[in-house]
Amino acid sequence: MKFFRALHERGGINLTIFYDPFDMSRFIHGLYLTVVLFLICAVASVLLGLFAVAFLTLPYRVPRAIVRGYVAFFRNTPPLVQIYFFYFGLGALVPTSRNAYGLPVAMVNNFDWALIALSLYAGAFNVEIFRAGIEAIHHSIVEAATALGYSKAATFLHVMVPLAWRISLPALSNNLIELLKTTTLAYAIGVPELLYVSNQIWSDNINTFAMMNVLMVVYLLLVGVVAIAMHRWERVLKLPGFGAAR
Amino acid sequence: MSDPFIKLHDVYKSFHDTPVLRGVSVDIAKGEVICIIGPSGSGKSTILRCINALTPVDQGFIQVGSIQVTSKNLDMVALCHCVGMVFQQYNLFPHRTVLQNVSMAPIQVLKQNKAEVTERARALLDKVKLGHRANAYPGELSGGQQQRVAIARALCMQPQAILFDEVTAALDPEMVGEVLTVIKQIANEGMTCVVVTHEMGFAREVADRIYFTDGGLIVESGPPDEFFANPADERTRSFLSKVL
Ligand SMILES: Nc1ncnc2c1ncn2[C@@H]1O[C@H](COP(=O)(O)OP(=O)(O)O)[C@@H](O)[C@H]1O
Ligand SMILES: [Mg+2]
Repeated sequence: MKFFRALHERGGINLTIFYDPFDMSRFIHGLYLTVVLFLICAVASVLLGLFAVAFLTLPYRVPRAIVRGYVAFFRNTPPLVQIYFFYFGLGALVPTSRNAYGLPVAMVNNFDWALIALSLYAGAFNVEIFRAGIEAIHHSIVEAATALGYSKAATFLHVMVPLAWRISLPALSNNLIELLKTTTLAYAIGVPELLYVSNQIWSDNINTFAMMNVLMVVYLLLVGVVAIAMHRWERVLKLPGFGAAR
Repeated sequence: MSDPFIKLHDVYKSFHDTPVLRGVSVDIAKGEVICIIGPSGSGKSTILRCINALTPVDQGFIQVGSIQVTSKNLDMVALCHCVGMVFQQYNLFPHRTVLQNVSMAPIQVLKQNKAEVTERARALLDKVKLGHRANAYPGELSGGQQQRVAIARALCMQPQAILFDEVTAALDPEMVGEVLTVIKQIANEGMTCVVVTHEMGFAREVADRIYFTDGGLIVESGPPDEFFANPADERTRSFLSKVL
């Protein structure tokens, strides 16, 4: 703390987040929200992708059309517009309740809307990623499962998902990294995530340049952690004699 | 033959208006080993795939044991319990070990006791001389080894009959023998076997009866000695002169 105060007073580099308790706590809370937003959206978007791709493998036209429509909508519109659409568009339609002081409180707050919008956005890409994974599975493998008495659902679960998952992992890593960076858009509807709190901090202290550098380094580290974790996972799941490195 | 175990009667099948089976009838007795030979594209695989319902027929009647394969409410699990299949490309599950490949269907599909199935799977792997590779992944095995695992996988379902579809066609020549030896052993133990093959020596040795297909029809059939010595049909003669 002393070091950073000295750095400010003598070096002209003002990193309030390291010596000012208030800024430090805002910053940590912003970091926490970014991480939570990312983790929940990552899990939700992957589950969404898996469910949607299961519908795509069904021989029914309507569920397939719904999934295609969903993917087209969320892949072909800007994520910032989607977040606005959810928060200002749909948000206005959601009923509000009243808090202890009688003030109106939205049943779905801005953080929830960011969760929903970003999960749907990343989920649309995951559908495409998993679909490519499933299409890469040779049909004869599916046939072998059928000849062993596996139902369509059991084949999907026990054969297609484990194989498609492995094929999809590199593309999924890319999309999750993209998702982590896209969480900054929650800023636009006032979710106090990392970018939002950093903006507050540099507005209060006029240390824009220092905070920009901090932001860059923090996102580099966060993305690095995700990239390394996904790469480890790829290595753990790697099958001898299966996949590209043949 | 009084009571065939596998019975195809006047089976027709077309793919997009292209007739592939044009009235195929075959009766196979319990414990019988038949070989189907014929030119590429003559419908051999399709016959096998109709027997285990991988391909639905357009017309005709198929029965395996007491199971009516062509009936609307076919119990696929019962059929797969009754008839196993081994494919040209092995089709092992790359994400499961050799032992899991052999044991997973009896556990997951037939809901049999895991410990018992695993014990049976190990015994079958020993039988195909791959007990020492139980924990390897298919991708680590040679083609011949993978095909022997596929045979053990089919056997682990404890079927009454096994369909072999050109199971040595994708193998390097030096691995063909090890696979044929296993099939011979199974055939000698009394398993009903339907074998599509281009290995004429093998067909002559193990088959009780040989069927020759051409253009979606069974052109002729007979015991191997007769079949190879005096083929009746011109198409059979012409085919045999090319492959023998
Ligand atoms: N699923 C399919 N769709 C379209 N045509 C097929 C399909 N399966 C087989 N055929 C055609 O049916 C014919 C017979 O095929 P097949 O039974 O595999 O012959 P064989 O095993 O004797 O070489 C071939 O001409 C093949 O192209
Ligand atoms: Mg064939």
